[in-house]
Amino acid sequence: MTHTLTEAALWLLVLLPAVVGAALALSRLERAAAVVSLVTATLTAVLALIVAFGRPEMSVPFMAGSDFALGVDALSALVVPMVAVVTLLVVVFAAGEIRESQGRFHGLMLLFAAAALVTATAQSLPALLFSWEVMGATSFALIGFWWRDDQRVSAGVTAFVTTRTADVGMYVAAGAAVAGGSGLALADLAGSSASWRHVIAAGLLVAALGKAAQLPFSFWLSRAMEGPSPVSALLHSAAMVAMGGYLLLRVEPLLAATGWAAGAAAWVGAATALLLGTVAVAQRDLKQLLAASTSAQLGFVVMAAGLGTVSGGAAHLLAHASTKALLFLAAGAWLTALGPKRLAGLRGVARRWRLLGVTATAGALSLAGIAPLALWATKDAVLAAALEESPLLYAVGLAAAALSAAYAGKILMVVWRPVPLDEQAEVEGHHDEEQQGTRHIGPLEQAPLVVLALGALVLGALALPPVGDTVARTMAEEPLHPAPLELAVSALIALAVVGSVWWRRRVPEPRWALGWLGLEHITHVVVVRPTVRIAERLARFDDQVLDRAVTRSATGALTAARGMAAFDDTVVDGSVEAVSRSSLSAAERSARGDNRWLDGTVERVASWTRGLGRLARRPQTGQLHQYYIQAVAVLAIGVLLLLTVR
Amino acid sequence: MLSLIVFLPLAAALALVLAPRLGDTAARWSWVAVAGVDLALVVAVWWQYETPAEEQLAFEQRAEWIPGVNSSYHIGVDGLSLPLIAMTAVIFLACAVYALRDTNRPRLQSALFLFLQSVSMGLFVSADLILFFVFFDLSIVAMYFVIAGWGHGDAARSALKFFLYTFLGSLALLVGFIGLYIAADPHTFDMVELSEQTPLAGSSLAGGLVLAAILIGLAVKTPTVPFHTWLPPAHTDAPAVGSAVLAGVLLKMGTYGFVRIAMPMLPDAWRAWAWVVIVVGIVSVIYGALVALAQTDLKRMIAYTSVNHMGYIALAVGAAGLVAGDTAEARSIAVTGAVTQMVSHGLITGALFLLAGVLHDRANSYDMDAYGGLAAPAPRFAALFALGAFASLGLPGFSGFIAEFQIFTGSIAAAPATAIAVVGILITAALFLRSLQRIFTGHTRGKSTGFGDLHPAELWSVGSLLLLSVLIGVFPRPLLDVIEPASEVLIDLVGR
Repeated sequence: MTHTLTEAALWLLVLLPAVVGAALALSRLERAAAVVSLVTATLTAVLALIVAFGRPEMSVPFMAGSDFALGVDALSALVVPMVAVVTLLVVVFAAGEIRESQGRFHGLMLLFAAAALVTATAQSLPALLFSWEVMGATSFALIGFWWRDDQRVSAGVTAFVTTRTADVGMYVAAGAAVAGGSGLALADLAGSSASWRHVIAAGLLVAALGKAAQLPFSFWLSRAMEGPSPVSALLHSAAMVAMGGYLLLRVEPLLAATGWAAGAAAWVGAATALLLGTVAVAQRDLKQLLAASTSAQLGFVVMAAGLGTVSGGAAHLLAHASTKALLFLAAGAWLTALGPKRLAGLRGVARRWRLLGVTATAGALSLAGIAPLALWATKDAVLAAALEESPLLYAVGLAAAALSAAYAGKILMVVWRPVPLDEQAEVEGHHDEEQQGTRHIGPLEQAPLVVLALGALVLGALALPPVGDTVARTMAEEPLHPAPLELAVSALIALAVVGSVWWRRRVPEPRWALGWLGLEHITHVVVVRPTVRIAERLARFDDQVLDRAVTRSATGALTAARGMAAFDDTVVDGSVEAVSRSSLSAAERSARGDNRWLDGTVERVASWTRGLGRLARRPQTGQLHQYYIQAVAVLAIGVLLLLTVR
Repeated sequence: MLSLIVFLPLAAALALVLAPRLGDTAARWSWVAVAGVDLALVVAVWWQYETPAEEQLAFEQRAEWIPGVNSSYHIGVDGLSLPLIAMTAVIFLACAVYALRDTNRPRLQSALFLFLQSVSMGLFVSADLILFFVFFDLSIVAMYFVIAGWGHGDAARSALKFFLYTFLGSLALLVGFIGLYIAADPHTFDMVELSEQTPLAGSSLAGGLVLAAILIGLAVKTPTVPFHTWLPPAHTDAPAVGSAVLAGVLLKMGTYGFVRIAMPMLPDAWRAWAWVVIVVGIVSVIYGALVALAQTDLKRMIAYTSVNHMGYIALAVGAAGLVAGDTAEARSIAVTGAVTQMVSHGLITGALFLLAGVLHDRANSYDMDAYGGLAAPAPRFAALFALGAFASLGLPGFSGFIAEFQIFTGSIAAAPATAIAVVGILITAALFLRSLQRIFTGHTRGKSTGFGDLHPAELWSVGSLLLLSVLIGVFPRPLLDVIEPASEVLIDLVGR
């Protein structure tokens, strides 16, 4: 295989389900959608195998100075085929199971699978966060697939918002990675500057714990059981939840480099395995039991990441994926056929559909940790690492293993123990509680279970020599062999617990564990309700204080303007009027004065002048003798004047 | 070329006004045609665009205008403005298509929107403060008539409030511009020269006061808390296309002012007051999201998410002012995120407001609780709204993620305390999913019964906005290749 060919295969691996999924989700195809989806999922599975062997890497420039980098290494070479194959098997199952809105269902499933495949191959934080959150969003749409039921949509909202709360850690980690100078490539994160390394590790740890439904985030997984069973089989076994554990395995060097994050992961994983194991034992609903056990089993993977055994964690991830997908599908098939809500309605069901019963039994035995099935070996690989680290951690892990035997034994007891004749009516009374059963399980529903059961039987080899050693070496790890004694102890405990459950016909169901430790209630009381209350207060503040302040200052401005208008009218305009009035009257007065005095004077002067003129005209008669007399008179007056003045 | 882009819609608007006997259909389609041609011209400009040298603009044009005060008709584009011009052209075209079904005085409406398009385009290409200011104010006038003339509910009052509030803000802006003019030597309103000169670099008091005036002016328009209260009523009572333009284009005039005017012209003052901008940004992010969470009216809810989204921009440009050691790369990432957010918010919120308009058109109510199970009678509407909601809450695969990831990454790296703003994406996730649930899921009830699904005009307009958001979300490089050089230049300028 040439290099470019495998690179193309990697591109196709993520683009094919993404593009076909998006197209299907927006289409209105029904039966054809299932066919298209089957073909796509098959091709994707083939591509996954190609890249698992070819190990291509590639990247394109993306953003924030970082690439959208995908690649397949030893770890993802295991996880990518797992995701693709489980997707294919679940799609086969769903082709028989889902009868309405098939375009939307298969489209979303393929979109989800594409996101999970990008997550599994992501080599840079932007690429990882990209697919990480798309997984969350498609899971919302898939859990709330039957959107006419409000509580199912609410469950989707809970799942998305809870996991996104944890995702905040990944955003912060990205900022810290830029600040710490390591860049956004996942492999370089451990090389960040010391102080920022803590922030990166903390952020990624929180994000992973949220997705993996570890404490304290586990409750969303309980709600997620409102979704269709095929959704749970894919999202809550092989992908999404599993991707949380996978992320911690992927960044194990970073966790180890901080000095505390690895220990924190190990203990949170152990605590989840123990507490959610107890929750699983207490459940009376098969899907709830399986969900709690998923959290618990992922606890072992998280523990493995904290303990530095990536190969052990990966083996457990794969073994669990196969086992749990099988059990979820079996639960889905029974649910569709009989419609019971509670375990009580499933009594003896394995005897009714034998093939289904046998395959589910393989899954349950693997889950219980019965030797030599898958989870027995993989879990012990993790426990061996725990024993090296701390005996207490080992003890907690072993107790959690015993709990898994208890809840798996509970399933076996319920589905296999024959129902006495006098109780049959009661069992049938529980049928059709949740939904109207079809009383039919077709070949499409059963075929995938056989393949998955095979996985549940043999995948333990990944943790046992010789295959396990090869796996460990490809991950540059020293193979870790659980001591024969440890293997024997855990196998014996599992057998003893399952046997005791079988014979005693019951397990203790602690009430405090039935409600998933009250985690959802606590979250509501501590986070959701106060937030909503603050939001309402702030909204009131916005309307009644901020907005009103603006309105009031506008009204104030208006009032001030009115006052000023009044002032303008009375004072300013008044004084102007007064001035103009007074100037008018002054003008009138002056006009009168003008008439009387000025004009009068002028007139008088004029008349005087006229009179003078008339007088002056009189002497000018034109007669010489009169001029002579005048000249004599003037002369005489002149002489007189001259004489008197002198 | 740029002048043609700016004035073509204006010419068309004049022609529409002067042709009173033009039929309604012809008027509506000529709006679509002109908006389409304008978008084509913008695409052509983008195609030929090459990153200009520092302190220069591409497609520059300069003509004498008011020589007495050294103000000229100076226009040009760079990596900060080109994406906004493209976004503006897209939104106006989408509105033109959406309004094809509108029967309320289409000729005048088309003319008014074409005028508004000219004004918006003009603002983003302006390289002169007076020119900028004229377009800034004309946008307010035009939007006033849009709300008052084509709005519903208490439209007159909301329009007046919008007008007075933003007009007052623009006066503060004008005061700041005059301050810059007076401080510049030689006096000038030219943006490029002012960025080179950085007047008031020496005086922290005068620089601070001028920045304060400009910041208040821009904060009102953006809007940020506490200057946002005009936004919800304006959106609620505006017609769908008016809301889309208001949120998509007009709000960006405020945020664009930060990166175009405040940061490069007053770098000293910007650095000194960076923390104030950051705090305002963080408060807007969280406050806007929380208040949005409590809303029951869909349009008010989207309006408050705009406050939230604009808060991210303020946060990022504030963080860009925290000049220290080796954070230049981080701060440049933050600015790139901020500009991306301007484009992204325009597309996504534009789409959401157009979708909200469908509710009003069919059932005359924005009250989310009046609906329920709407996905049954209106599956296409439900699908597009779900896409818009996920886009708006910053889901990867949409442009919002590209913007917000860069804003957070850059800001947190420059100032770790800004990490608190990440809570915003959580609250918006919750509120959008809640609104989806309230309106679309459950049993069909209330006003949902008999609700008609999207018409082709609605489908195509909203669908193309969301499609663009997806394209940016999946292939961000063509956009980021334009923005990134400009952000680096801006970071250099702020660091002077």
